[in-house]
Amino acid sequence: MVWRQLVRGLRALTDRSGADRDVADEVQDYLEHAAAAHRAQGLAPDEALRAARMELGNITGVREQVGSYGWENVLTTVMADVRYAARRLRLAPGFTAVTVLTLALGLGATTAIFSAVNPILFASLPYPDAGRIAAILESRSDGGRNGGTFGMYHEFAERAHSFVALAALKEWQPTLIGVDQAERLDGQRVSASFFRVLGVSPSFGRDFQPSDDRLNGPDVAILSDRLWRRRFAADRAILGQQITLDGDRYTVIGVMPRDFENVLTPSAELWAPLQYDLSDGRAWGHHLRTIGHLRSGVTVAQASQEIQSIGRAVLQEQRPQTYDPNAQFLVASLHRELTRAVQPALLAILGAVMLVLVIACVNVANLLLARGVQRRAEFALRAALGAGQGRLVRQLLTESLLLAAVGGVVGMAVAGLGVRALVALSPPGLPRADAIHVDAVVFAFALGITTLIGLALGVIPALQAANSDPHQDLQHGSRRAVGGHRRTRGALVVAEVGLALVLLVSSGLLLRSLNRLFAVDIGFDASHLLTMQVQTSSHRFDDDSAALRFFSQALQAVRQVPGVTAAALTSQLPLSRDDDEYGAAFEAGPTQPAGDYDVFRYGVSPGYLETMGIPLRRGRLLDERDGPAAPLVVLISESLARSRFPAADPIGQRLRLGPTGPYTIVGVVGDVRQMSLALSQPDAVYTTQSQWPFAERAMSLVIRTPGDAAALAPAVRRAVWSVDKDQAVVRIATMGNLLAASAAERRFALTLFTVFALVALVLAAAGIYGVLAGSVAERTREIGVRAALGASRRDILALVMRQGMTLTGLGMVAGLAGAVAATQGIVAMLFGVTRPDPVTYLGVIALLGTVAAFACSVPAWRAAQVDPASTLRAE
Amino acid sequence: MDGPSTDVIQGTLDLLILKTLSLEPMHGYGIARRIEQISRGVFKVNPGSLLTALQRLERAGWLDTEWRQTANARRARYYALTRTGRRQLESETADWTRRVTAVARLLKAEG
Repeated sequence: MVWRQLVRGLRALTDRSGADRDVADEVQDYLEHAAAAHRAQGLAPDEALRAARMELGNITGVREQVGSYGWENVLTTVMADVRYAARRLRLAPGFTAVTVLTLALGLGATTAIFSAVNPILFASLPYPDAGRIAAILESRSDGGRNGGTFGMYHEFAERAHSFVALAALKEWQPTLIGVDQAERLDGQRVSASFFRVLGVSPSFGRDFQPSDDRLNGPDVAILSDRLWRRRFAADRAILGQQITLDGDRYTVIGVMPRDFENVLTPSAELWAPLQYDLSDGRAWGHHLRTIGHLRSGVTVAQASQEIQSIGRAVLQEQRPQTYDPNAQFLVASLHRELTRAVQPALLAILGAVMLVLVIACVNVANLLLARGVQRRAEFALRAALGAGQGRLVRQLLTESLLLAAVGGVVGMAVAGLGVRALVALSPPGLPRADAIHVDAVVFAFALGITTLIGLALGVIPALQAANSDPHQDLQHGSRRAVGGHRRTRGALVVAEVGLALVLLVSSGLLLRSLNRLFAVDIGFDASHLLTMQVQTSSHRFDDDSAALRFFSQALQAVRQVPGVTAAALTSQLPLSRDDDEYGAAFEAGPTQPAGDYDVFRYGVSPGYLETMGIPLRRGRLLDERDGPAAPLVVLISESLARSRFPAADPIGQRLRLGPTGPYTIVGVVGDVRQMSLALSQPDAVYTTQSQWPFAERAMSLVIRTPGDAAALAPAVRRAVWSVDKDQAVVRIATMGNLLAASAAERRFALTLFTVFALVALVLAAAGIYGVLAGSVAERTREIGVRAALGASRRDILALVMRQGMTLTGLGMVAGLAGAVAATQGIVAMLFGVTRPDPVTYLGVIALLGTVAAFACSVPAWRAAQVDPASTLRAE
Repeated sequence: MDGPSTDVIQGTLDLLILKTLSLEPMHGYGIARRIEQISRGVFKVNPGSLLTALQRLERAGWLDTEWRQTANARRARYYALTRTGRRQLESETADWTRRVTAVARLLKAEG
């Protein structure tokens, strides 16, 4: 009969007086019946009435007892508490505003960060059976990771039993020729099982079949929902129609669901079968990614073991030249693999924002304590008037919960803004950045944390109230304080200062790392350098010489552009995420055996090293003579020269690159940072592209200008298009942009840490100020007495300053111990500095000390102004 | 009237009210009186507890209420057993009998 409960309760709520009258009438009726019964036994009317009253007891008590039955009464009391709390808070607008804002900042920042971290680290991948999707990985003996090869994928798919399905994929950037304009798209070439491994299928049309994915199979494509809406007007008739990609006609066989999220390449908008040629030498090139769907009951560790033994066996049987003989094979959860790189940074940021939240709460707790002292008389009065201890505690809890709730609401607005800022700031490598938004999980998180804080904050003044003696408080009023709470408030300030120091040290270390990073010698001159990629697409370039001709004509055209002092082409561009590695096999010399090295290979046009400003150390650079007919020559980086030829002259030595060569070394050049500023992988070789047997379909242009590099871009692009207007020019960026992007992740972390540390610093300063100001106000009389007894203003100033700086000093000591432990969390993001970096620690201590001294000086100055005569009179 | 009157045993008030109302609809005082009479004064009903229990049983759907005008132009609230109330009475009676029998048997065994 929940229904009746609800209806009766609601009726009582909406018509309180009616409900009260009902109870009163019933009790009255009872009384009269009782009186009548007594009269019937022969008592006089007034005697009978008295006897009836005796029987009932306290009539008001009975009414209250009967009237207080029902859930609505609990609600009514709570509402009354809330109304009262709201009135109290309105009466102290300054306190309320500061508290709500502090809480809102802490809660908002925490919620925003949680909303970013949750989909990336904690939520499972957006697939039905996400926990069983695994990545298959290869690691070299030097610990680095290799891309997968089709040959190995093929063997795994044939032999492994741990997986329901395996899939291989690679990035693909086809140019879509449409009715209006050509557009370069991001896509993936995938094996037929790709979508089955992820556990998704097209929303309409069909999935790939094994018959699609064979050499010379049909050219078919599956579109993303986004591409289908953007380019094909969401027309279902697209199925079976043909679209033109890179000059080939592909039949559209399906469209993926709207909510399909491709975590492997978020930007991919279409898919086509891999259609690999196993007999081709490229089948053993490391440029694929392999994923698999684990059979149920098989653990990652078991699958890893099986894959390792198969991989090792294949290396034994086939000895593919492209493999490091000590290569290892392993399986990892796809989720863990995707987030491996960003996890330390995200956890550190989450930890930092939690510290900010704690500091905010400590600050609010301090404010509440100070307020509790002022309100002693009020509570003493209420206790004297009969309010129970429990009732007072409930009132305090209601007040703090109300504060937390208002703070939470404002905090959600802060979080909304914060999330937008986070997405705008987020580094390009962040996985699942599209999934960052405030959703139900985030809301529940914020709600939970707000309630917790509300309860925690309520407990402090409640304890304080519970321990107080109303008798004494009534006598003293609120003007003279009792000493006990001062120690608590002091401890809270010490905690605040300590936590702020931890955050400041962390951001200081990150700042120093970023400075060190930008001071790294990248090996070339990055200023006034414009870069872009030119891609060929069309069957006209199936002939390698046609591609070479196009690139060389385009280069000539670019060199004619006014403002261009030098220009060159390269197959891969430093700091652009290009990663083209080859095995370099040196021939055995008179003093040393043959040796293999993993090197970056740059296929360049003559003039590349001059344009980039990479210094020549020995021998000569590449020039126009090193054409297809000339002897094969190569330049090597100085690190490679040093490690291979520690004593001998490398000039004239020979090496092979993968299946090509041998090349004769004609020069040694400076080292270059290829993958990132932080990563030193200096072994590299340079050949002319015209001596390289495989034509590149995309080459990067580097252009040196004395002026503004970015401003030159339109003219350079026009020059390329003057040769062939159908070719895509993409990834236009100055080298300065690429440098910044290379450090984007660290900069992201640094920005957040700096914001948090500054907020912490301000809150800590506010805490110190609040405690000292409160203490000075409470000790006015004592200070007056001191002054009257002969203490100078300077003495009093020193007295208060000493009190504040002692707290600060204690906080710093605690903070230093905390920082030593906490900076372990950011060790992965440090570069060029060690955790106990003295510069950082000294700087932070100086900064914190200055700010704290400033915060102390205001109340100290106020104390020094105390007029002894007036204070003593006031007592 | 043998022995002193006691308060109603905890938890049996509901059963007594339901039983009393199974005879005819009654107002609060009538119920109290009837319980005292039938128990021959063994049980004395506290008015506050009784009226609160009536509210609870009404909300539980076992009783229906009706306001009637009394002779001296006052309102009196009458309670009547509903069909679910009657079922509740049966099951509580059965439960009570079972317990009493068990306790009686235990006491006898001890003697």
